[in-house]
Amino acid sequence: MIEMIIINGAVMGGVISILATGFSLVFGVAKILNLAYTAFYMVASFLLYIMIIMYKLPLSLSFVTSIIITAILAMASYKICLDRIKEHESAVLIITVALTILFQEILILFFSAINRTIPPLVGGSSEILGVAILNQQIFCVVVSIGIIAIIWLFLSKTKMGNAIMAVAEDREVANLMGINVSRMCMITVGISGVLAGLAAVVVAPLQMIQPYMWMYPLVSVLCAVILGGLGNIKGGIVGAYILGFTEACVVFLFPKFSFLRGAVSLSIMLIILLIRPEGLFGIIFEEERL
Amino acid sequence: MSTRAYVYSVYQWLNVKIFAIPGRVIALLFFAFLFIVPFITANKYLIYTLSMTCIFAIFATSWDFLSGYCGQINLGHGVFFAVGGYIASMLSAHFHLSPWLTISIGSLIAAIAGLIVTLPALRLRGFYLSLVTLSFPIISHGIVLAFADYTGGEVGLYGVSPLTTSGTTSYYIIVLIMLFSVFFMYKFTDLESKFIRVGIIIYAIREDEITARASGINTTRYKFLVFFISSFFAGIAGALYAHTITVVGPSTLEVMFSFQPILWTIFGSIGTIYGPVAGVFLLYPFMEFLQIWGATEHIRYIIFALMLICFMLFMPEGVTIWVRDKIEVTCQRCKKINIMTRSYCRICNGPLHLRKEESEDL
Repeated sequence: MIEMIIINGAVMGGVISILATGFSLVFGVAKILNLAYTAFYMVASFLLYIMIIMYKLPLSLSFVTSIIITAILAMASYKICLDRIKEHESAVLIITVALTILFQEILILFFSAINRTIPPLVGGSSEILGVAILNQQIFCVVVSIGIIAIIWLFLSKTKMGNAIMAVAEDREVANLMGINVSRMCMITVGISGVLAGLAAVVVAPLQMIQPYMWMYPLVSVLCAVILGGLGNIKGGIVGAYILGFTEACVVFLFPKFSFLRGAVSLSIMLIILLIRPEGLFGIIFEEERL
Repeated sequence: MSTRAYVYSVYQWLNVKIFAIPGRVIALLFFAFLFIVPFITANKYLIYTLSMTCIFAIFATSWDFLSGYCGQINLGHGVFFAVGGYIASMLSAHFHLSPWLTISIGSLIAAIAGLIVTLPALRLRGFYLSLVTLSFPIISHGIVLAFADYTGGEVGLYGVSPLTTSGTTSYYIIVLIMLFSVFFMYKFTDLESKFIRVGIIIYAIREDEITARASGINTTRYKFLVFFISSFFAGIAGALYAHTITVVGPSTLEVMFSFQPILWTIFGSIGTIYGPVAGVFLLYPFMEFLQIWGATEHIRYIIFALMLICFMLFMPEGVTIWVRDKIEVTCQRCKKINIMTRSYCRICNGPLHLRKEESEDL
């Protein structure tokens, strides 16, 4: 029981943490509350399905292609729909919702709303401490931790990562320092697309692929990001793992009430926010406290 | 005062307050249109669609009152709608109360739910508030499924009595409630009113809450008030919805249902009260007519999404503000609204269409 909770919580938390990182990056740098973000994750899963099941391409090739196409799609939708009306926050909000509806309905039109599965990248299962665990689950946990480490190294050690952090800190000053702000925004959106594609690669074989699969991760991602403090990548990751383990606990300790897992994790978020309104790692000025 | 003088004064009032301002003329024509529709057509489906449109207009306007005017962006407004709908339909299905009683009790309980939601909202702002409010419909969805005996669970609650036996009478009741609700919220948020100061205080809270507190405004009290009124009207909309389609299900607690008033309001212009009404009356019947013309559900939603994206790219402030800027001009000197075709203000006779450097001199 406890092993199942740990492994499932780690899988769930890993996926949400990848998505939460991409979401916080776009929110911090491009200042866009992108509600269409998990729709890219859904599109990436469907691309995997198309390439692996319908066209029988080799696994590794289709994984790489789907990640690249997702990144291009994310950048294209940012360039076409969001870039020029960034100042109007409300318009951005509904354009991202409209994009989500668009992706969902196009996918339903072509694939209908039935559940589909794809084969895992690493097959088989292994036994750890007497518990049988799918190799894909271990792969998922390891890759999610690896991705977070790479993103952290990229942001803190490379020149471009520093430039992205500078834009997130202060747009005008970053512009004065000779950083091309709009290009940095594009690159960040591209990275977020890559992260959405990666999340799909690691978790799509473990769950059903269907055109409503954006909704549940969206709520979890928003919840994790808020729990950790908006625009704070570390906080988002911690929040994601808290949520993942909570949901796994609810599912395995009370199997009868597993449909309540969303409600329970959101209630935990509410309680934490009542105690710390700025999230676990958020920063707030004392005189601005309400 | 003689009758003739009285009629003349009414005529003059209409002339100054309504006929001189194109936006108000359009509003008047729109209300008149709503009242004469049952005389023009006996098509039951059209009347039903218009009733639903009016209900959603109340819903969208209540979202605009809370989020557009007070700036408390609420992504889970569906929860108030659902509380109103569920309470009204439970009272109607289990206790067989009359619709008048169920609607008033339902909307009051929705308003109390609004007060409960305000408790976390008091300490949060901006995106934190929006994402916390998004969680309420999902938590309530879990509660509805957990108490399936009383709420009907996944299927929904059947056996709600219709508002009245005749569709046309129900339509008139709904139109009147819609007009009253919209007018109430419009007057309540009127910045220039001499009697109600709430409008300008709510506006101040939206612009800068810290400064509003520093100016001696008890923002806590006003936030409670705004949430109370907004959720009250959302509850009325929910109860009317339950009595119109005679069933209420957990679909009202889905994430997409809470996004709908946001789509309508921002399409029609946020923060204007008349914007959401226009948005609902443009988008909801359009979707229904697409269905009559034979588009399947998915094609309809694709057209809807593409239309939203195109409109927002060219009118990022919404349709009504775009139209208003085309037909009305505000006098630079006395701040009164004039029709676009005039070259001099109707009140102060000042020039209306000034170039930029001229208006800076004024």
